[in-house]
Amino acid sequence: MRLTCPLCGERDRREFTYYGAAVYADRPEADAGPEAWDDYLHLRDNPAGETRDLWYHELGCSAWIEVTRDTVSHAVTATRLVAEREPPAAPKGRGRRA
Amino acid sequence: MRYSGLRVIREGLSGNRGWGPAWRDPAPKDEYEVVIIGGGGHGLSTAYYLAKNHGITNIAVLEKGYLGGGNVGRNTTIVRANYFLPGNQEFYSHSLKLWEGLEAELNYNVMHSQRGLINLFHSDGQRDAFARRGNAMVNQGDDAILLDREGVRRHLPYLDFEQTRFPIYGGLYHPRGGTARHDAVAWGYARGADRRGVDLVQNCEVTGIDIEGGRVRGVRTTRGAIRAKKVGIVVAGRSGQVAAMAGMRLPIESHILQAFVTEGLKPVIDHVVSFGMGHFYISQSDKGGLVFGGDLDFYASYAARGNLPMVEHVMEAGMTLMPMIGKAKVLRSWGGIMDMTPDGSPIIDRTDVGGLYIDCGWNYGGFKAVPASGWCMAHLMATGESHAVARRFRLDRFLTGHLLDEEGTGSQHNLH
Repeated sequence: MRLTCPLCGERDRREFTYYGAAVYADRPEADAGPEAWDDYLHLRDNPAGETRDLWYHELGCSAWIEVTRDTVSHAVTATRLVAEREPPAAPKGRGRRA
Repeated sequence: MRYSGLRVIREGLSGNRGWGPAWRDPAPKDEYEVVIIGGGGHGLSTAYYLAKNHGITNIAVLEKGYLGGGNVGRNTTIVRANYFLPGNQEFYSHSLKLWEGLEAELNYNVMHSQRGLINLFHSDGQRDAFARRGNAMVNQGDDAILLDREGVRRHLPYLDFEQTRFPIYGGLYHPRGGTARHDAVAWGYARGADRRGVDLVQNCEVTGIDIEGGRVRGVRTTRGAIRAKKVGIVVAGRSGQVAAMAGMRLPIESHILQAFVTEGLKPVIDHVVSFGMGHFYISQSDKGGLVFGGDLDFYASYAARGNLPMVEHVMEAGMTLMPMIGKAKVLRSWGGIMDMTPDGSPIIDRTDVGGLYIDCGWNYGGFKAVPASGWCMAHLMATGESHAVARRFRLDRFLTGHLLDEEGTGSQHNLH
């Protein structure tokens, strides 16, 4: 797998560190309730198909990058700097216990 | 049909014409008391113990492919009870005890081999951590022996004791740990469940979960709708997709874990051995192949295959630890899809939908848990209460802060 850094161009996957789903960039307000923080830290859409996640160009320019890729085929379709990503959509549901 | 040595001899003398299928291949009925989604190790053992322990036999296990075709047939077969945290300890201890009686219980040869597991350590700090873990295991009632360097050398003379980068200080020896034949575990539970009247329905993919008034009413499948009073989701690797059918979003991210097998060799590695300074573990199958693996590829994936950097890392770690395996030819490698939770521990719990239960989040430790997971999931579905040894595997523990972070690596899905 190769990833295209918006600053450095296409590079080996080993230059990058995976951080997790792109929702990690959407930090709740400090006074948001525990459920908002649980959503943010733990709950995931976890799609089989197109996903967006955060990668850090650790052995390169140190940019944080949002990668759009397919979790089934490993095809990478788009990358952009995290600073340039759009505001998130609201999460879709919660894993709750009765 | 009961399997026995006498039966093998009789069939051998009569041309093996008397063997029948090990289980039926029924079409799904319109309604069951319990539907289990997922015909892997955990789903089959859940159905088995529902029938055996709780007398519930009006059950269908729905499998989208073939029985045991998922992660139970794609793992490195290690069975152990060397956990540290209360909550995990008693569960895996219970599971190992079930393993020890499993062949007699199922009348099926699961080739459970308690060949001993040795986790190596390579620094004073790691020794302290393993000593503490070993004490916890002994206090739980399981077995652990702290080996020094010479103790390890007596068991594993083939390790590279001369290298200075990761010197071997010793190991934590867990004699009751070992391996089992992974497919046979699924087949044994399948046969046992089938004999108690459970319908094992293959090529039947669940496409929806019917919920009315906050209660589950049944499932929709590629072979028609099936009504059910209770539904269990036991589909680790695909938990997120199935839970989404019930409007749930889980604390799970799916990751890829690779494993490798070499050509068959004469017996050379007698134990299960793990390297403490680079994720690598190895055992030798009864067929002779060296079975080994390492860490996750570290990015979310459903591809069931990994990338080359982790292949290289695993090979390097293996060569660092035991250079003798360098000339063994790797026969094949594969990737399994892991339900990774933010604390590395599983979930066996109710959901907020009445009658809907979930067993998921097995990270890369699900194989050894197959007996106890089924035991506890069956208990939960039959009685509505968590089993004593699985009471901390709560779905909401991330919200309430009752995490079971065995490795202490923090709340990130790929770090466990």
